[in-house]
Amino acid sequence: MRRWLPWSVCVLMLAALWLVFMVVPTEREMGIVQRIFYFHVASAQVAFLGFFIVAAASAVFLWNGSRTADRLAQAAGEVGVLFCTLVLVSGPLWARPIWGVWWTWDPRLTMTVILWAIYASYLMLRAFGGEDDAVRRYAAVLGIVGVLDIPLIKVSVRLLRGIHPAVIVRNEGGSGLTDPSMWIALLVSTLALLLLAVWLMQIRVRSARLGDEVAALRREATA
Amino acid sequence: MRHALAILLKDVRIEWRTRESVASVFVLGVLLLVVFSVAHDPEPEAAPALAPAVLWVTFVFTGLLGVQRGFLLERENDCLAGLLSAPLDPAAIYAGKLAANVVLLGVTQAVVVPLVGLFLHLDLWPVLAGLALVLALGNLGFAALATLFAAIAARTRAREVMLPLLLLPLLVPLLIGSVEATRAVLAGGLAAARDGLTVLAAFDVVFTVAGWLLFAYVVRD
Repeated sequence: MRRWLPWSVCVLMLAALWLVFMVVPTEREMGIVQRIFYFHVASAQVAFLGFFIVAAASAVFLWNGSRTADRLAQAAGEVGVLFCTLVLVSGPLWARPIWGVWWTWDPRLTMTVILWAIYASYLMLRAFGGEDDAVRRYAAVLGIVGVLDIPLIKVSVRLLRGIHPAVIVRNEGGSGLTDPSMWIALLVSTLALLLLAVWLMQIRVRSARLGDEVAALRREATA
Repeated sequence: MRHALAILLKDVRIEWRTRESVASVFVLGVLLLVVFSVAHDPEPEAAPALAPAVLWVTFVFTGLLGVQRGFLLERENDCLAGLLSAPLDPAAIYAGKLAANVVLLGVTQAVVVPLVGLFLHLDLWPVLAGLALVLALGNLGFAALATLFAAIAARTRAREVMLPLLLLPLLVPLLIGSVEATRAVLAGGLAAARDGLTVLAAFDVVFTVAGWLLFAYVVRD
C-alpha cells in the first residue's frame, strides 16, 4: 500500500490535469474559469470525508482508548481543514468573475466557513493542549460534537435565505455538466484528491506514531 | 437527580452571596448595548430591526463570561477535583452545572432583554410570551454546549481564549435559529417563528443529550 499509493496519486493527478485542461470543453456561459470546479468540488468532498473520519475515529478512541484512532482523528482533522481551506480559496476565484463578488453569505458558503472554523478550533485545542491524555479526550469530544452540529448548521443556514436577497445557487450536477467528459474529469480529480488525502493521512499518522515513540524513549533516557 | 439539585443549589448560593456574576453580566450587557447602538447609530425608526441581532449577540458574549466564571470558580481551591472525587455520577454533575448555568443565563436574559427594549424602542409586553419561549430554548441550547466546553476550556492552557474559540462556531445554528425566531415573534407571532423554533428545539435536544453522555469523558482522570 505504501509503495503504490504515491505512484497512483501522481498518475491520477496528471490524468486529472490533462482531462481538465486538455479534454473537457470550455463551458459556454462561464468560460475558462469553470475549470476550477473540478478541483473545487473534489476538495469539498474530501474535506467532508475528513471531518466524518474525525468523528468516527474520535468515537472509537473514546470507546476503547486506541492511540491509533486518536492519531487518525488528528490526521483527518488536519487534512480536512487543509482541503476545506482549498475549497474556500478556489470558490472565490470562481465567484469573482461569475457572481461579481468574492464572497456572499449563500447557505453553502456559510456552512463551509463555519465547518472550517469548527475544525480549525479542533486543531487549536490539540495545539494548545499539548501531549496529554486528557487533551486527546477533549479533542475527541469536540470531534463528535462538531459532526453532530453539521445537520443543524445545514438546516439553519437555509433560514438565512429568507432574509438575504436571493443568491445564485449553483445547480451542481444537473445543469452544469453537459458533456460526458466533464463527469469523467470530475470523477478522476475526486479520486486523485481522495488518494492524495489518504496518503497525507497515512504519512501524518506515521509521523505522530514516531513522535510518540521518540517522546517515550526520551522519557526513558531521562528517568 | 438529588445530587444535581445539590450542585445547583450550591452554585446559586455562591452567586447569591457574592452577586459577582450578575453584577459583571449586568454592566457588560449595558456596555455591549451601548457599543452596538453607538457603532450602528440607527435612525429611531430603524432601531427595532436591529433588536434580534443585538439581543442575541449581547446574550452570547455576556453568557460566555458568566459560564466561564462558573468553572473558574470550581478551579480555585481545586473544588472541581473535590466534586469529581465525590461518589457522584458525572452525568449528575453535568445536570447540576447545566441547571446552574441555565439559571444564571436566565438572569442574564432578564437583564439584557428589557435593556434592548429600552435602548432600541421596542414595546415587548405584547410579545412577551412568545419571546420567553424563544429565550428559554436559546438559553438551554447555549447552556448545554457551554457547560460541556467550559469544563474542557477550564482545564487547558490559554483557557480565556479557548472557550469562545471552541464555542462560537458550534453555536452558529443556535444563533441563526434564535435570531430568526426572535425576528418573527417581534414581527407577528409564534406561528411565523416555527422554522427558527424547530432549529432551536433540535439543537437543544441534540446537545443536551450529547453533553450528558460525553461529560463523563471530559472529567474522567
